[in-house]
Amino acid sequence: MVLQYDIVIVGGGGAGLRAAIAIGETNPKLNIALVSKVYPMRSHTVAAEGGAAAVIKDNDSFSDHCLDTIGGGDWMCDQDAVEIFANEAPKELIQMEHWGCPWSRELDGSVAVRPFGGMKIERSWFAADKTGFHLLHTLFQTSLKYNNLIRHDEWFATKILVENGRCQGITAIEMRSGDLKVIAAKSVIICTGGAGCVFPFTTNGSIKTGDGMALAYRAGIPLKDMEFIQYHPTGLPGTGILITEAARGEGGIIVNNEGHRYLQDYDLGKPLDIKDPKHPVKKSMELGPRDRLSQAFIKEREKKKTIPGPFGDVVHLDIRHLGKKKIDKKLPFVRELTKNYVGIDPVYEPIPVRPVVHYMMGGIDTNIDCSTNLPGLFAAGECACVSINGANRLGSNSLTEILVFGARAGNAAAGFANEHSEIDIKALEKQRDEEYKRITLNFLNKDGGSERISTLRKEMHQVMEECVGIFRSESGLKEASNKIEELKDRFSSILIEDKSLNFNTELTSALELENMIDVAEAIIFSALSRRESRGSHQRTDFKERNDENFLRHSLAYRTDAESRIEYKEVVITKWQPGERVYGKEE
Amino acid sequence: MSETTEIEIFRYLPDKDNEPFFKSYEVPYREDWVVLDAINYIKDEIDGTISYRWSCRMGVCGSCGMMVNGEPKLACSTFLKEYTLGKIRVEPLQGFPVERDLIIDINDFMEKLKAVKPYILRKEKDEKPIEEGEYLQSPAELARYKQYTLCINCMLCYAACPVYSLNSEFIGPAAIALAQRYNLDSRDQGRNHRQEMIASHEGIWECTFVGECSVVCPKDVDPAAAIQRAKVSSTIDWFMKIIMPLSKTK
Repeated sequence: MVLQYDIVIVGGGGAGLRAAIAIGETNPKLNIALVSKVYPMRSHTVAAEGGAAAVIKDNDSFSDHCLDTIGGGDWMCDQDAVEIFANEAPKELIQMEHWGCPWSRELDGSVAVRPFGGMKIERSWFAADKTGFHLLHTLFQTSLKYNNLIRHDEWFATKILVENGRCQGITAIEMRSGDLKVIAAKSVIICTGGAGCVFPFTTNGSIKTGDGMALAYRAGIPLKDMEFIQYHPTGLPGTGILITEAARGEGGIIVNNEGHRYLQDYDLGKPLDIKDPKHPVKKSMELGPRDRLSQAFIKEREKKKTIPGPFGDVVHLDIRHLGKKKIDKKLPFVRELTKNYVGIDPVYEPIPVRPVVHYMMGGIDTNIDCSTNLPGLFAAGECACVSINGANRLGSNSLTEILVFGARAGNAAAGFANEHSEIDIKALEKQRDEEYKRITLNFLNKDGGSERISTLRKEMHQVMEECVGIFRSESGLKEASNKIEELKDRFSSILIEDKSLNFNTELTSALELENMIDVAEAIIFSALSRRESRGSHQRTDFKERNDENFLRHSLAYRTDAESRIEYKEVVITKWQPGERVYGKEE
Repeated sequence: MSETTEIEIFRYLPDKDNEPFFKSYEVPYREDWVVLDAINYIKDEIDGTISYRWSCRMGVCGSCGMMVNGEPKLACSTFLKEYTLGKIRVEPLQGFPVERDLIIDINDFMEKLKAVKPYILRKEKDEKPIEEGEYLQSPAELARYKQYTLCINCMLCYAACPVYSLNSEFIGPAAIALAQRYNLDSRDQGRNHRQEMIASHEGIWECTFVGECSVVCPKDVDPAAAIQRAKVSSTIDWFMKIIMPLSKTK
């Protein structure tokens, strides 16, 4: 059986829901399918905490938001995309307000903003410290209004279907029955989020396995700037649970084993006393960008100034001076999480933290309308690279990104669907049969198999952490590339004990692992080729930024062997590449 | 030798088993492990065939609601160290049909969420164009409904609700709290559109105010209070209709 729609959206997080609503608003006659491997409110947008950036206050400007973003991204952002982003951001956040998002407020009833790392001025809208949670639930609840939106919850996409040079749908497993079905469409939007689970220690939920990236990669679409992986400086040891940057935006400080605010030793400015009314200073010290803060932690560890703990070394994030009242009002989730998961109350004790894999700046290569090089295929959100994040994303830009580019992707996909009607159902069914054969032979009906999913996953995790982390080198990356090619080989002997059809999560775990291995490959080969240090990509063997050779986006293409890396120019409109300046006058 | 603990898990595979059964697994006992860690250990190291839902492992995605020793819990925020006496028994959330192992059918719940029209409703003439900015809402107005926005849809309250377990027509705690969340929002004008469902016999009047829903809620949403408030305001609606038949309810 073939399901047929005008548009299929894969992924039900913030970007996917925003795309769906955009189409629902502007094209009520188009039939939309929202396909997700989880119920939409489980999507990982739910875990975003601190805020969403948009220029709203009189003392702010679009140009400042652009420049903060571009400098924060170490000049790897496409400036045309950043301008669109900054300009459309306020409209999107006001739209969320009209849909009911419970933004925190000023006394006069206007929305409140808070400072965030790398931002010159306070421009992050927030809903306490559960901003992603509230955005996701507001979008999900609002999406229930649209009768032309059909959800396929808990369907696992396995392949992008290309016919006649155009994307014409996907195949997906209905997890409840185990059936593999064609979902045909005139246009398809991928909104499947990032791939933090390629690494062992991540803020990401277990669902973030890079599925959409891998599907696109296999369909011949390049993955752009995959070497840029963001480590968030403040994750809880052991679990990797995120402690929001808003904790520092509200005035929290980071200290080493001597109680010293060590960020001052890494060209991030001079600390002001926590009682000084000017503390915290924007774009300085604890409000520096995430890449620089995470790198400073590693250096501090090398100096033996970090604090040993059962899950590796930590430093202390101290918010005690904010007081119970402010913590409960502005950072209630921080208090809840630290009490539950590390057994400390941040009102009375400092929080142990360490850098943790958080976000992928790279992703499916798209233009400013979110279209890929495959006609009919669009992508938005963390799975995509448009690129506004360059070599390092600023905190609170990603929630805004999923709204701005989710809506743009929806509108562009609707436009495409209105102009392209023909779908070759017979050919799609034939592809479905081949895909069915692949899944049956490789997994469900396979005899024997010796490699446990968890063994391969652990080995991938280990090599990614050791060789593809905050600091990288040629020899480490070579080791990682050998390992990943070995894992690809061994994956063909994967052991599947579960042969049943309904809710076979061993099968979906195997498919997720296959996706992660492909994404890891693209990360490793992109990192190997970039022989410079920029933003989150730091090479111990090429310590300087090299604009002459590498002010270019990497594009990783899948081949039968290793990834093929090509480059394309970064779009520069107004802001010429310069030095990243933190902690002093620009 | 390291310590271990025994986890007994409800297993059911509809295309294989005629009826459910329990299977025991021995897992390492670690102070810092939650029940979810133990189940993940089983899936990774002992038995790959066990199925359950999880994602964020930080108590916010709402996926991993399960019965742990007979109580509805989030597996990601329930520590092994809370159960030092004897084995831990894990079952699917009660009151729902079981799809497989620990996975329940939540379609009924999803329909109930939709039925209360959980979105801002305004008269067209009162719509503010985006260009004119946000609706003003004071911190006090925000505080009136904020608590009810915190529901993560984990359904522990349905598993604890004695009314829902007997009558699945009952719209239930989380859906009523969600209706109240919008009813109490200063930007909303849609209360009358929600009342039909809330004040019907599947709605608030079914609730016998046992209050278990609020006890088990991992986010302190207090759905029982939402139901009480809805009862009071529905009574006022009724009263207004009787004594002031010409007056318009808000």
